[in-house]
Amino acid sequence: MLTIENLTKVYKTGDRALTDVSFTVPKGQVVGLIGPSGAGKSTLIRCINRLVEPTSGTIRLNEVEITRLRGAELRRVRRRIGMIFQEFALVERLTVMENVLSGRLGYVPFWRSFLRRYPAKDVALAFRLLDRVGLTEHADKRADALSGGQRQRVGIARALEQEPELLLVDEPTASLDPKTSRQIMRLIVEICRESELPAIINIHDVLLAQQFVDRIIGLRAGRVVFDGPPILLTKDALTRIYGEEDWTAMQKGAAEDAQAEAEARRANEKFVGAL
Amino acid sequence: MSDAGVTQTWPTRWRRPPQMVKSRAWRIALWVLAIVYLYFAVSTVEVNWTRVAIGWERGMRFVAGFLSPDFTTRWRDISTGLIESLTMTFTSTVVGILISVPIGVGAARNLSPRPVYLVCRSIIAVSRALQEVIVAIFFVALFGFGAFAGFLTLAFATIGFLAKLLAEDIEDIDEAQAEAIRATGASWLQLVNYAIQPQVMPRLIGLSMYRLDINFRESAVIGIVGAGGIGGTLNTSLSRYEYDSAGAILLIIIAIVMVAEYTSGILRSRLQ
Repeated sequence: MLTIENLTKVYKTGDRALTDVSFTVPKGQVVGLIGPSGAGKSTLIRCINRLVEPTSGTIRLNEVEITRLRGAELRRVRRRIGMIFQEFALVERLTVMENVLSGRLGYVPFWRSFLRRYPAKDVALAFRLLDRVGLTEHADKRADALSGGQRQRVGIARALEQEPELLLVDEPTASLDPKTSRQIMRLIVEICRESELPAIINIHDVLLAQQFVDRIIGLRAGRVVFDGPPILLTKDALTRIYGEEDWTAMQKGAAEDAQAEAEARRANEKFVGAL
Repeated sequence: MSDAGVTQTWPTRWRRPPQMVKSRAWRIALWVLAIVYLYFAVSTVEVNWTRVAIGWERGMRFVAGFLSPDFTTRWRDISTGLIESLTMTFTSTVVGILISVPIGVGAARNLSPRPVYLVCRSIIAVSRALQEVIVAIFFVALFGFGAFAGFLTLAFATIGFLAKLLAEDIEDIDEAQAEAIRATGASWLQLVNYAIQPQVMPRLIGLSMYRLDINFRESAVIGIVGAGGIGGTLNTSLSRYEYDSAGAILLIIIAIVMVAEYTSGILRSRLQ
C-alpha cells in the first residue's frame, strides 16, 4: 500500500510542480494519472522513488517512510519500486538479458553484477519474465536491435525482475503506435492483476486510461482535481482537468473503441464470461 | 481567400536575420577592423631573403637526404631507438589510460560530487597546460636522459587528453538510461558499470587508439630533448648532418603512424 500525504514539490527555479497532493493506493489497484503537460505527473511519480526530491510531505510504502531515506536505505526502497519509462530507457548497448537482470542491481553485490554472475533464481526469474512478455528468443540480442514495442516489453520485464511492491509507469505508450500502445497497456494491467501489484500509470491518452485502469487521478497545475473511478470521469471532470474542449465527441469515439476492444477480446478468448 | 476583393500580396524576398551582430553598422565596422588588423599583422612579418638564400642550399640537402634514405649505415641505432620508442609508447598509453579512467569519471559533473569534480578537473588542467616538450625537459632533469623520462612524459600527457575527453563524453550520455538504472536501486559503482560504461566504451577505445598514435609521434619529438627513443636517434643523425639516415628515420615514423591510423580507423568503425 502506498500512502502520499501533503506532497509538495517546488523546483529550485521557483516553479511549483506539486501542491499538497494526498492519496492512497491499496494493494492491487491500478491508478491512471492524467493531466495536461506540465501538470506535475512526471514529477509526482519520480518523487515516489526519489529520482526527484520532494520539498515537503510524506510518502509511505508499506509503512516505510520514503522521503527521509538516504544512501543504502534509499536504494533498498528503490529496489522494491519498479519503474517503466516513456522512451523505454533501456541501456541500448547491453543485451536484452543484461537489461532484464539489471532489475536485480539493488539486490546483488557489485562483483556479481560486474561479472554478470547473477544468482540462479534471478536468472530463472529473468527467463520466466522474458517468456511472459514473449521475448525469449531475443534474450541475447542487443536492446537497440529491437522494435519500440519489444523494447517496452523489455522495460516491463526489467521492472518486474525487481519483484516490486509497487509499479511506477511513466507514459508507457507515448512513443508507440496505437495498436502496440493497447497491447502494452493490456500487458501491464494484466501483470498487475496477476500478482495484485499496485501501479501508478502516468498517461496522456485519456481513452486508454479509462479503458484499462481502476481509478483515475486528475492533476492540474500540481493539484489533484479529480479522483475516482473512470466511469465518473465526465465532461465536467475533464474540463476541470484539461480546460474547455469538445469532450462528448471524444467520449463517443471512446465508447466505440471500447466496444471494438471488447469484441476483439471475445474473439480471442474461448469463453465469454462476465462481459 | 480575399474577402473585400483585395488580393493580398506576400513578400517574395526573405533573408536570414543576422544571428550574432544585429546592427549593420557594427557588422561592417568589425569586418573593416579585421581586414586592417590582418594587413598590419602580415606586414610585420619580416623575411630575410639573403638568409633564405643561404638556408635554401642546406634545406635542399635535407630534402635530398630524405629522397635517398639510408636505412643500413645506422640501422643498429635506428632499430634500438625504434624499439625504445614503441615500448615507451605502449607502456605510457596503457598506464595513462588506467590513470585517466578514474580521473575522467571524477571529472564528469553528472557523476561526481563537487569537490571530487574540482580536484579531477584541476589535474586535467595542469596536464593539458604543460606542453609535452616542457614536461620532458623537466623529467629528463629529474631522472636523467633516457626512455624512463619519455615514458613519464607521455603517460602524464595521456591523462590530460583522455580524462578530459572521457569526462565530456560521460557528461553527454543519455540520462534516461542512467535514471532507469538508478531507479532499480543500483549503487554508484553499478550505475557506472551498467549505465555509463556501455555508453562511453566505444569512444573510449577509439580515443585510446588515437592517443596511441599521438604518443608514438610525440615520442619522436620528446626524444630530441633527451627523453630517449627514435627522437634521440633522429636528433643525433641531424646533428651529424647525416640527412640520409634522418630521412630513413622520418620515413619509418610516417609508415608506423600510417599503419596505426589505419588500424585504429578499422577498429573504431567495428566498435559502434
